[in-house]
Order: sequence, then structure tokens, then C-alpha cells
Amino acid sequence: MDLSSISPILLVASIMVSATPIMLAAIGELVVEKSGTLNLGVEGMMITGAVVGFAAAVNTTSPLVGFAAAAGAGALLSLVFAILTQYLLSNQVATGLGLTLAGLGLSALLGKPYEGIKSPTLPKLDLGPLSDIPGLGTMFFKHDIMVYLSILLVIAVWAFLKYTRAGLILRAVGESHDSAHALGYKVVRVRMLAILFGGACAGLGGAYLSLVRVPQWTEGMTAGAGWIALAIVVFASWRPWRIMVGAYLFGGITVLQLNLQAAGVKVPVALLSASPYLVTILVLVIISARGAHGAPASLGRSFHASN
Amino acid sequence: MKRRTLLAAVAAAATLTGASAWAEAEVTAGFIYIGTPGDGGWTYEHDQSRRKMEAHFDGKVKTIFQENVPESADAERAITQMAIAGADIIFTTSFGYMDPTLAVAEKFPNVKFEHATGYKRSDNVSTYSARFYEGRAVQGHIAGHMTKTNKIGYIASFPIPEVIRGINSAYIHAKKVNPDVEFSVVWAYTWFDPAKEADAARALIENGADVILQHTDSTAPQAAAKEAGNVITFGQASDMADYAPHPRVSSIIDNWAPYYIARVQAVLDGSWESVDTWDGIDTGMVEIGEITDAVPAEVKESALAMVEAIRTGEYSPFTGPLNKQDGSAWLAEGEVADLGTLAGMSFYVEGITDEIPN
Repeated sequence: MDLSSISPILLVASIMVSATPIMLAAIGELVVEKSGTLNLGVEGMMITGAVVGFAAAVNTTSPLVGFAAAAGAGALLSLVFAILTQYLLSNQVATGLGLTLAGLGLSALLGKPYEGIKSPTLPKLDLGPLSDIPGLGTMFFKHDIMVYLSILLVIAVWAFLKYTRAGLILRAVGESHDSAHALGYKVVRVRMLAILFGGACAGLGGAYLSLVRVPQWTEGMTAGAGWIALAIVVFASWRPWRIMVGAYLFGGITVLQLNLQAAGVKVPVALLSASPYLVTILVLVIISARGAHGAPASLGRSFHASN
Repeated sequence: MKRRTLLAAVAAAATLTGASAWAEAEVTAGFIYIGTPGDGGWTYEHDQSRRKMEAHFDGKVKTIFQENVPESADAERAITQMAIAGADIIFTTSFGYMDPTLAVAEKFPNVKFEHATGYKRSDNVSTYSARFYEGRAVQGHIAGHMTKTNKIGYIASFPIPEVIRGINSAYIHAKKVNPDVEFSVVWAYTWFDPAKEADAARALIENGADVILQHTDSTAPQAAAKEAGNVITFGQASDMADYAPHPRVSSIIDNWAPYYIARVQAVLDGSWESVDTWDGIDTGMVEIGEITDAVPAEVKESALAMVEAIRTGEYSPFTGPLNKQDGSAWLAEGEVADLGTLAGMSFYVEGITDEIPN
């Protein structure tokens, strides 16, 4: 065993990169679920974002345009989900699963011409004196802009839900859509906007995979990241700060186990890979034992003004 | 037109065109893929070979395929579906389809099955594989010469004989030219997960490896190596020429087309029998992709000499003296490993510090 070959500095830097896509997707899904809608189509929206972002970045040679296009594509796909569930009152679970399947198929189709192509990737930011701090600089201040944007997004969502009137309305809609409706709030409109935001975030997360983390387009490349994002929302018991903890935990364990192996440490790989899910179950048990499970009360229920 | 009549008309048209296509073909060949043809590696080559085979028979053979079939109970369902759909011969192209293939084969005695990289056969199940370890020997040789940190990273998929053989073969030949060389093995427990493969490559590079060998299917490790700059890689299963001349300095290419053509021909002729095929560089099933100029000329020359020696049968990558990892003797001086031991190889050779997970 030789732990000395693992550099904690590079390890933390890797964890930040590997956590970013799932953090983006999870914070978007948190807002969706806070409004009382369960969208299981995260995987489909992520992979659509991955392929559209990649295509846009290749064609314009600008990764930032790629990210913008990915957010748009994710939002567009989620619009389908929003119309089906909010206006046509289709079952949210079935529609969400359908969205995942449709997204996987659609992305494979769109991505055919982009296989094996290299994309422009995001440059690492140089934050001046901060980047030059030995150790800490490499750990925290030498990443690309999306890493910081994802953290800012978590902070923004937290502040929005906690301190703004709009955030309060969104939470009210999620807790009891009938009461919110009786008070005159537009339940469907609020949910539509939340779903679009969730789609855009998932699209960004997908594009981060195809433009930065891998970086290339391969069919099926999200490989379950969308499902991990869904698990993180539950793990976080619907709180923004815990999304960050969850994302770094899930992303961190993957990177850590690979690093431990690379350093020749004998680790039970399967157990370590399963551990974030075990922790999620444990969190669920603890919060339900405490009585308050944190899930929005109207989560997954369809709303129609006539009810 | 009413919606229902429209649907009925579309369905009828689909059945008709489908039926006419089926009527022309004498044989239908099915393929089960672990990933997608777009992986740029393992499944890509199977799919290329499928196309070549179909083109070779010029309409006499129709091919069908299903991609992204997990190595679980789903595999049995997918293979069964293909047999019901009328496939006469089904190629199942991943190790984990071994037991599902045998289970389905028992239910469809008139359908021929061909399982890639496995070791279980029956009257209507053949197995076929390539001696990838011959290519690994060449990679190890180049890697041993090229590494400056003396650390070679290896992204392994599952602890099965095929993968272990590859690690051993690469190690033996890297060690031969560079006694200080060390192997770091990462078990990814997946054949295809670009993000995880990229992470694994980065973890190895961060731990000092400057050569990355991969036994997973996507080109993600190549991209990670390119990003790192001073790291070299080898194409796996497919040429991965997009990453040449650097980081990809050579590759192992699986060429299944001649085998697929021969086996489907056998079905057409009615001469198909259950066989075990294990071909290598000699028959062209394993090809070594172009060694680029990033490799010094004398290393390239000795690597090509090794390819030639393996092709003519003059040299076998597992030639003694070799000890097992625990130090016990395996092959005496000049002794060549028998194919049976290699087929079921579940031990490392002496010098590898990794432990095979169980």
C-alpha cells in the first residue's frame, strides 16, 4: 500500500470536476420537486444537453455557446414533459420515464455525425493571486467557469427559496397546490417555469460531461448520471446546501475509489461504489424516523383547478 | 382519414415492406451488442464486421441487431426475442452473455448461437475469441520502452480471464525491456462508461502513470490522456485513429468480418457445427494498428519484429521462464503456455503488485 502517490490536492480538484454535472442536474431537479412535480426524465434531458451542447460547441467553436444551447435543449425537452403533465394531466412518473427513453434515443440520432470528433473545451480560469496560492490554488481556484457557476447556482437557489416572495410561492405550490390556487397563485404557470429551469440545469450538466469531463460525444455517455442526480435530491432531503454535500459525496467516492486503486490500495470496489446509495437509504430511514421527511407534500400529484 | 385507419394502413405497409425484405434473404443473422456502435471501440468493430458480412452476401443475408443489452436477465430476454424474430444465427458479443446464450440455445435447438469470448459450448453454441494478448505483448513492449516515470496505468474492466491475460502479457513484455516498470491497475467494473473511464485515466495519470492501457470500450481515456499532454495510449478493440499520432501510438484492432462471413456461409451451406475458435495475429483476427512516429524508430522496429515473430508462430507471448505472482513456478525455460491454462487464466505473473479482486 502506498498512499503517498495520491496527491490530496489533485484529488480534491478531480472531485470538484466530477461532481459538477450531477450537482447541476440535481439543483435543477430540486426546484422542480419543490414545486410539487416529479420529473424522472433527468437522464434524458442530460444526454440531450450533452449532444446538443457538443454539436453547438463544435459548429461555433465556442464552448460557452455550447452550454447555452444545451440549456435550451434541456428546457425544450422538459417543455414536452411540462405540457403533458400540467395541461394534459398525464402521469408524472410514466411521462418522466418516457422522457428519459426519448432523450436517449433522440441524442443517439442527433449525435451520429459527431462521434469521434474533438470539441473545444472550456479553458481553466486564472484567478490571479488566488490561483497562485500553493495547494489551495490548484484545489479550488484553477477550474473552469462552470464549476463556479454550479456552486453559485446552488447559493442562488437557496437564497431564492428562502428569502424571496417568488420562492415562497414556489414552495407553497409544492406543499399544497389547492391552497396556493385558492390564494390566487397560478399553480400551473409556477410549475411550468420550475420544470423549464430543471430542464435547463440538466442540459448544462449533460454538456459539462461532453464538453469538459470526458470531453467527447459518445452515445449513452451519461451512463446513469441523471439517476444519481435524482438520488441526490432525496439524499439532500430537498435542501439546496445538502445538494452540494451530496454531489461532492457521490462524485468524490467515484474518484476516490479509482485513485485508491491507482495507488495500489486494496479496496472492496463494489462496496465503495454502492456506498452513496447505502448512505441515501440511511438518510431516508433517519428522516422518516424523525417524522418529518422533507418531501414537498404535493410531490407527484397532478393539479387541475376543478378539483 | 380517421386516425385508426391511418394507423392500420401504416402498420400494413410496414408489415409488407418488412415481409418482402425477409422473403429475399435466405438467412437472418442477429447480433447482441453490449454498448453502441458509436462507442468507437469494441461494439464499433463488431458492427463494422456485421456490415462487411452483410455486404459480402449481397442481399442473401439479412442482419438485425440490438444494442446496449445489459449482461443480466435482460440479455436472455433480448436473445430470446431475436430467436423468435426469426434469426437463424445469433452472435452474442460480450463475455457476460455466456449463460444467457446457453439458456436460450437450449430452447431453440434449430437456431445457431455464437458467443464471443466465452468458454461454454453446446451442440448449437460455438465460441469465438481473438488472442488479444498477442497485441498486448506488443503494447507492453512499446510501453516499457516509452515510459519515463516507469509507471504504467491499466484500466481494467472485469476480473475475467481475458482481461487478466492482457494485463499479464503487457506486464511481461514491459518488464522485459524495462526492469523498473510498475503496473497500476484500476478495476472500473464496466465495459462502457465514458465518464468513469475518463476519471480512471485521470486518477492513474495523477498517480504518476505516463502510459495508459485500457481494456474498456470507449475513447474517453484517450481524450483524458490528450488533455494531460505527456501521456501515451493505445487504441483498444478499434484503431481509435482520431487520437493518433499522439497520445494514441498504436492499437489492437479486432477484425471479426472474415469469421462472421465464414460462419454465416456455413449456415447457408448447412455445414455449421459447434466449434471453438481462438485466432490471433496469424489469421488477421487481431491486427496491430499503425505505430506512429511518436515512437522512436528502433522501438517501432523491434515491435514490428515481435508482431512478425508472433504471426509466424516463432514466438508466443507466454514463454517461460515465468513464475506466478506468489513466486511458484509456472513455465520452465522455453516452455510455452498451453491454450487451456490461458483460456481460464485467473492468476497474475510474478512482479505485478495488484491483487485480482474476487
